[in-house]
Amino acid sequence: MKKGTLKQILLITDGCSNQGEDPVAMAALAKEQGITVNVIGVLDRYDSEDGRGLQEVEAIAQAGGGISQIVQTRQLAQTVQMVTKQAMTQTIKGVINQQLQDILGESGTVEDLPPEKRGKVMEVVDELGETADLHVCILVDTSASMKNKLPTVREALTDLSLSLSARMGENQFCLLLFPGKRKSVQKVISWTPQLDSIERTFDKISSHGVTPTGPAIKEAVRSFESVSRKTAIYEDEHEAYDDGPR
Amino acid sequence: MTGQDNLRFAPGTVIEGKWHRQRYQLIKWLGSGAQGTVYLGKSGTQTVAIKLAKDRASLISEANVLKQFEKLQGDPLGPSLYDSDDWLTDRKTIGFCVMEYLDGVSLEEALKKKPFDWALVYVLQLLKQLQQLHDSGYIFGDLKPENLILMHPGHSIRCLDFGGATRIGRSVREYTEFYDRGYWGFGSRRAEPSYDLFACAMIFLYAATGKRIDRSNNPEMQLLQQVKMQPKLIPFRKVIMNALTGRYTTADQMRHDLLHVIMAHQRDEKQAPLRSTRRKRVVSNRENWRSAWLAASVLLTAYILFVIIYVM
Repeated sequence: MKKGTLKQILLITDGCSNQGEDPVAMAALAKEQGITVNVIGVLDRYDSEDGRGLQEVEAIAQAGGGISQIVQTRQLAQTVQMVTKQAMTQTIKGVINQQLQDILGESGTVEDLPPEKRGKVMEVVDELGETADLHVCILVDTSASMKNKLPTVREALTDLSLSLSARMGENQFCLLLFPGKRKSVQKVISWTPQLDSIERTFDKISSHGVTPTGPAIKEAVRSFESVSRKTAIYEDEHEAYDDGPR
Repeated sequence: MTGQDNLRFAPGTVIEGKWHRQRYQLIKWLGSGAQGTVYLGKSGTQTVAIKLAKDRASLISEANVLKQFEKLQGDPLGPSLYDSDDWLTDRKTIGFCVMEYLDGVSLEEALKKKPFDWALVYVLQLLKQLQQLHDSGYIFGDLKPENLILMHPGHSIRCLDFGGATRIGRSVREYTEFYDRGYWGFGSRRAEPSYDLFACAMIFLYAATGKRIDRSNNPEMQLLQQVKMQPKLIPFRKVIMNALTGRYTTADQMRHDLLHVIMAHQRDEKQAPLRSTRRKRVVSNRENWRSAWLAASVLLTAYILFVIIYVM
């Protein structure tokens, strides 16, 4: 049986986009291609909570079929891993609901099952979440206002990698920063199973005033093409290895 | 989390399950956590604990684990599960489960009030419980004093919140940074017995210092320093170090070593008073000598004065 791969974009930002395509539309575009978009809005004590940017945070996640969460900087690490895991569960449940609807007709979702049966379904969801492969493209807003939050973001990402590597399934991460030096987006780490060498990546960043969130999401969607190519090669190698001893 | 207070209901509210048609009355708010809110409730005349969940999925997982433990023999680890159901309010569906109400104080409060000797007893009890839990193929995950309760009579320890319980080999479902070995750089978040034992060692540290610290740039060194600096922890340093560094693979090993140290340590204390009385005797001897010298010199001066006066 072929194991599924869950694809996610994790956007970490603190404000509103002001350049390029509409990020909400781009998130919808990602969802169309089977990629979930999760958004985390980072605030510190001095930010007011009712900005226009925060509405956008919610809208992007909704269009991208993912989860949005607005947090204080210090809670970031816990939130990042929780959001990622919850979104995985949500995606898997979505797939199961689809199947249930095919079997039971219109009204069948996991939530409509009695608790005993739902318990059994959740066991399966947990199992799948634990064993499925996960590809996460992380998008970090490095515009001027994010500058003093970046050390915490870095820590949170290392922590995310630690949490996810405890799973049985395979993980792939890539890290994009926006705005980039010359382009709107800059890929600083391409697909890798572990995010442990990111200490220096944030140091080189020069902050700009613009926040091209839309183009960044588009670029993130594009980056998933390279990982599927990469894993295709990996699978070939794997097969060759399997054939070896025979 | 968004919408923290949407699980607050007035005392007296009656909830009814959608599936099993059981009715419960909410009596008193007991506490809110990341996963939901717990009320003291009544089912007929019986007092129960009712947990209303923010996220129905995690409640179901917890109920699954509790059900698993019902089948186990021996001392109960957690509360018994009576019912799990959905409650349809006018706005939305809230998942809830009804459990045995455990009356007692949380370990968090107990550690603040009782002397450190009690912490040893609690940790020993906890390790025994953990061994049972691990034998059944789960780890507790989010192990911390707030999630443990001391039953009112008998001081026996029980686990309260099984939301973090994770099957061994999977990734830990829930954790609290201070008690998490991943946070301190001491290992992975894979569910294995040593993950819980790390948290046990941190409970020790918390009991001795009375506070939770944040990590610095070099968390590993920082933690080891903390353990070394605590006078209360000196006898247990080796056990704690072993637990922190993951050298114990079962709770029984740690319990055995800990018990050994506690008993040996108490013997030390019995010897200590002997030594100090001996030292006191030495001191008093010295004082006797001093007074003798004093008396002698006074007599001598008196004699000299007497001789001088007599000669004159």
